[in-house]
Amino acid sequence: MNTQDHISQAYNDELEEVRSKVLTMGGLVEDHFQGATKALLKGDTELASDIAKYDYKVNALEVEIDDDCTSLIARRQPTAGDLRNVFAVIKIVTDLERIGDESEKIASFVTELSVDTKSMTIYNSLKSMIKTAREILSAALDCYARLDAKQALEVAKLDEDLDSNFNDLKRTLITYLIEDVKNIEDFIRVMWCARSIERVGDHAKNICQYVVYVAHGNDIRHITDQKE
Amino acid sequence: MPNQDELELLQELGDTVGTPKLKEKVRMSCNHVDVFYNETAQAIFDVSVDLGKNQILAMIGPSGCGKSTLLRCLNRMNDTIDGCIVNGEITLDGEDIYNKTIDPVLLRANVGMVFQKPNPFPKSIYDNVAYGPRLHGLTKNASELDDLVEESLTKAGLWKETKDRLNKPGTGLSGGQQQRLCIARTIAVKPEVILMDEPTSALDPIATATIEELMYDLKSSYTIAVVTHSMQQAARISDRTAYFHLGRLVEVNNTDDVFTNPEHKLTENYITGRFG
Repeated sequence: MNTQDHISQAYNDELEEVRSKVLTMGGLVEDHFQGATKALLKGDTELASDIAKYDYKVNALEVEIDDDCTSLIARRQPTAGDLRNVFAVIKIVTDLERIGDESEKIASFVTELSVDTKSMTIYNSLKSMIKTAREILSAALDCYARLDAKQALEVAKLDEDLDSNFNDLKRTLITYLIEDVKNIEDFIRVMWCARSIERVGDHAKNICQYVVYVAHGNDIRHITDQKE
Repeated sequence: MPNQDELELLQELGDTVGTPKLKEKVRMSCNHVDVFYNETAQAIFDVSVDLGKNQILAMIGPSGCGKSTLLRCLNRMNDTIDGCIVNGEITLDGEDIYNKTIDPVLLRANVGMVFQKPNPFPKSIYDNVAYGPRLHGLTKNASELDDLVEESLTKAGLWKETKDRLNKPGTGLSGGQQQRLCIARTIAVKPEVILMDEPTSALDPIATATIEELMYDLKSSYTIAVVTHSMQQAARISDRTAYFHLGRLVEVNNTDDVFTNPEHKLTENYITGRFG
C-alpha cells in the first residue's frame, strides 16, 4: 500500500511524513542495537555508556509518531490500506521502542561487566546470535520500507533460529553458572544480554507480521498458538 | 465517459467480487439487472445483489455510478421516467416486482422510500403520517388510526417531540425532525423494506446522528438499503456495503471487510480517496 495517489496531496504528505519518521526511528534503533551489541562483544564501556544515554531520542520519536497517527485518524479517517498502514505504524513504533529499551539494557549490562565476553567460552555463540539478530532487524526494517510481504514471511521465520541459538547459549551458561560460581554475576549479566538479543528478534518478527498485514490485510499473529 | 484506464479496468472487472448473493434470509433480490434511460444510454450493467432481512445495505460509489438508479428500481420509481427500461429480475420475498400483476402503488407501500431532502406534505404532522394508512385503508376507525400514528411517530423517535403539536404543520419542524416525520410516514404503511437516498445529506451532524441511530433501531423490523456519499456513514451504519462504478456493481462485502480490506482495487481506490 503506497502512501501516494490520494486526491488530497496534503493527505499524501501526511502519510509519507509518518512513514519517513518510522524509517528514521528504525534507523536509529538499528544503530543503537548495533552499538550496544558491538560494545558487548568488544567490552567497550565507553560506547555502551553513549548508547544508554541516547534512548530518549527513540522514545521521543515514538511519542511524536503516535501523535501523528492520532491526528491522521481524527482528521482523515483512513480506510482500507491506509487504515491498516496507520494501525501497523502504531504497533511497529511500539516494537521499535522496545528494541531501543533492549539495546539500552544490553548497554547498561556492558558497563557492569567485570570481565570481557571475549574471554568467555560462549563468546562465539553470542557473536553468532548477535549476527542473526542484526540481520533479522535490518531485514525487517527493509521489508517495511519496501512493504515486501513475501520477504517479510521469510524473515519472520529466521526468529526460530535465534530462539534456538538463545536456548543453546542458555544451557551452556547454566553449566558455567554451576561450575564457576565466582563469576556468577557476569554470567547472569550475559544471560540477560542474550535474552535481550532474543527479544529483539521477537520484535523484528512482529514488524514482519505487520508488513504482511499492511500489504494483504491478513493478521498472521499467533497462528501457531491457535493451532496448538 | 470513462477514460482509457477506467475502460481497461472495467474490461478486467468480470463478476462482482465478494458476496453479492446471500445464502439465507433474503428479502429482496436483483438478478442480472440492466437499466437503460433510452435505447443507447445504459445506466446499470448486469447487477445481481441480495438485500438481507433485518440488514442495512449501504450503496456507495462516485456520482453517476448507478447506485441511485438501482435504488429507484427497487420500488419501481423509475416507471415514472419516460424511456427507462429495466431488464432482468427484481424480487421481493421471491415475487417478481416487475410482474404485470403487481400494483406499483401497493409495491411502494411495501418498499418505502425516504429522500435526500425532507419532503413532508403541506399538512399537519398527524395527517402526514395518517395519509398512507388512509389511502391504503389500513385502519378501521379513528382510534386505530390514532394508535398507528402514535406507533409510527414513536418508532421514528418523534413522538415525544410532537405529541402536543400533532395538528401543527409538518413543514414547521426542523430539518432533522422533518426527515424523521418522513420516516414515520414511510413506516405507517407497514413496509418490509425502506429505501433511503442520501437521507442525511441535507442535515447537520446532530440530526444525522439521530437519523443514523434510528436506522440502527429500525433494522430489527425492516430491511434497509441506503445510498450515501458519506463513506463514514456507510461504515457506521451498514451491515453490508456495495460499491458501484460506472454502472457496474464492483464489490459487495461485509462492511468491516470493505473498510479494512476491500477485495477490489477500485473499491480500495474509492474509499481511500484516490479518485473522485
